Amino acid sequence: MPQPTDQPATVAATTGPVAAPAASARHELTANALSLGYDGARIVDGLDLAIEPGAITVIVGANASGKSTLLRGLARLLPPQAGTVTLDGRNIESLPSKQVATIVGLLPQQPVAPDGIGVADLVGRGRYPHQGWFRHWSSTDDAIVAAAMAATQTLELAPRRMEELSGGQRQRVWIAMALAQKPDILLLDEPTTFLDVTHQIEVLDLLHELNHEQGTTVVMVLHDLNLAARYADRLVVMRAGRIIAEGPPAEVLTEAVVLEAFGLTARIIADPVCGSPMIVPVGRFHSTV
Amino acid sequence: MRPRPRTGAANLTTEAEAAAPLVLARFVRHRRERRVVLVLAGLVLLVAAVSLMVGAYNLSVPDLLRTLVGQGATSENFIVFKLRLPRLTLAILVGVAFAVSGALFQTVLRNPLASPDIIGVTGGASAAAVFGMLVLGVGSVATSFMAFGGAMVVACAIYLLAWRGGVAGYRFVLIGVGVAFMVQGLLGYLLSRADLRNAEDALTWLVGSVSGARWPEIALLAAFLAVLLPGVAVLAGRMRMLQLGDDTASALGVRAERSRLALLVAAVALAALATAFVGPLAFVAFVSAPIARRLVATGSLALVPAALIGVLITTVADFTAQHLLPGALDLPAGIITGAIGAPYLLWLLATQNRIGKGA
Repeated sequence: MPQPTDQPATVAATTGPVAAPAASARHELTANALSLGYDGARIVDGLDLAIEPGAITVIVGANASGKSTLLRGLARLLPPQAGTVTLDGRNIESLPSKQVATIVGLLPQQPVAPDGIGVADLVGRGRYPHQGWFRHWSSTDDAIVAAAMAATQTLELAPRRMEELSGGQRQRVWIAMALAQKPDILLLDEPTTFLDVTHQIEVLDLLHELNHEQGTTVVMVLHDLNLAARYADRLVVMRAGRIIAEGPPAEVLTEAVVLEAFGLTARIIADPVCGSPMIVPVGRFHSTV
Repeated sequence: MRPRPRTGAANLTTEAEAAAPLVLARFVRHRRERRVVLVLAGLVLLVAAVSLMVGAYNLSVPDLLRTLVGQGATSENFIVFKLRLPRLTLAILVGVAFAVSGALFQTVLRNPLASPDIIGVTGGASAAAVFGMLVLGVGSVATSFMAFGGAMVVACAIYLLAWRGGVAGYRFVLIGVGVAFMVQGLLGYLLSRADLRNAEDALTWLVGSVSGARWPEIALLAAFLAVLLPGVAVLAGRMRMLQLGDDTASALGVRAERSRLALLVAAVALAALATAFVGPLAFVAFVSAPIARRLVATGSLALVPAALIGVLITTVADFTAQHLLPGALDLPAGIITGAIGAPYLLWLLATQNRIGKGA
């Protein structure tokens, strides 16, 4: 499980002498009696959730259980129908959006790359919230973008165009862009969809590294329960717009919870690789026990 | 070998080394756009020179230069400063206005079909102008005002009809195309009940022409552009984020809906303005940005190259209509731009298989 990989000195080295002490300032993102929806339909209903700073939180649930909607709400892409999302105790809707963007980053499920855009250009656009009227592109930005690309192993892709890349490479570039934004809290909506299993592990390992080395709080929606249980420090299980269980995967992921959330009968065993709970579904056929 | 080139002893030198691929990529990207701009600017200069020299009375290069610095004979002065230069200047200004307007629409709505001439904005200007000419019988200045107002009204209508807690490009374009048909119907009705001589004037206006340009109105157009274009430049950073989709743009701190509205207002104002001055020069707004982006091909907004392409199209179209086509003298430039744009539209419809893809 979490290995004490790199010492703080490494973090300082990758971010450079110019970077702000990002990891030290832990920000708190909280949903308070939050209701979200589209056109009157309520998808997330009166939900309370405090994202634990410095941890990896994974939101799971059946299709249409509201997990992506919750993530969009936390990223203030969707204004609440009721309740609030607060960042360090202040209503996120009342904060300047550029300021929020320096703290909270989001990788949407299907981001759009303009035709012909180069990898370096795209990652560089992640610096937008840090720029302003009097603060333009500098060597600091270059250093931060280079560090983000090194961390995602995309630096050697810098001269290439997005459309030339494979799905896994493209996803790493998008994550690099989110890292260039230098958010303290990174939200990701199904970052492993459309990737084969090798690339899924690669992306999740990268996020684990980011969390452990830079202290970035990671919140993501995942479909794969077993990967969720392995990578999450905290698991949030949703059903019909509400949270039915929340906590460390080993405590949360029980046969009863899986049945309630997914309507699926399953056995839980220990993951032979890391000991986290692992779901073995019981279908109507093929059962020998 | 360690998987990543990370050591605890990084300093400024290694940082600069790490950033080297980025600096190089940026250099290549900027050089490409700069070259496209230089070549296009050269072509514009060439077309401008030829337009000033060639006509019923041909000027040589020395003649032209002498006249431009104020040493010309009275007849030369008249030809250059009263006839050809105003016309050229107007063509250049509306070329810029239409092209930038189209580039804004297409980027902000993320759809190559989103262009003021396709979604009925210039159509709205036309209907209002023709209504002014044929029904109210107003003069040319009032006609321009009516055209501007018509474009604004139609754009607002499309925006409101497309609003569902936000404006999506695809819905905006579909509703725009519908509205374009409605104003087309209105135009047909107005023209069919007008008497022949008036209808002929209206038709010339409807094709779009830069003939009869006079300095006061050119100065007015230039003044409007001097306000609008810097505004667009200020919004360009936000536009680059909107290129990445609303969600990513919002995550990066851009208020997507508000920025889109501001950019659409600028786009509509540019198209309405240009239409008010020269009529709806068909397809200039529609084709300029895609051509420029294909030339630059770096995912850049390519606003300057697009503006230069727009200028090339309007100036070449006007020159062709004046001098290269047989038959009636002084054809409206809109005939030529329409002839360029229509095949492009067909090509686009034939090759664009992914709905909503573009810009």
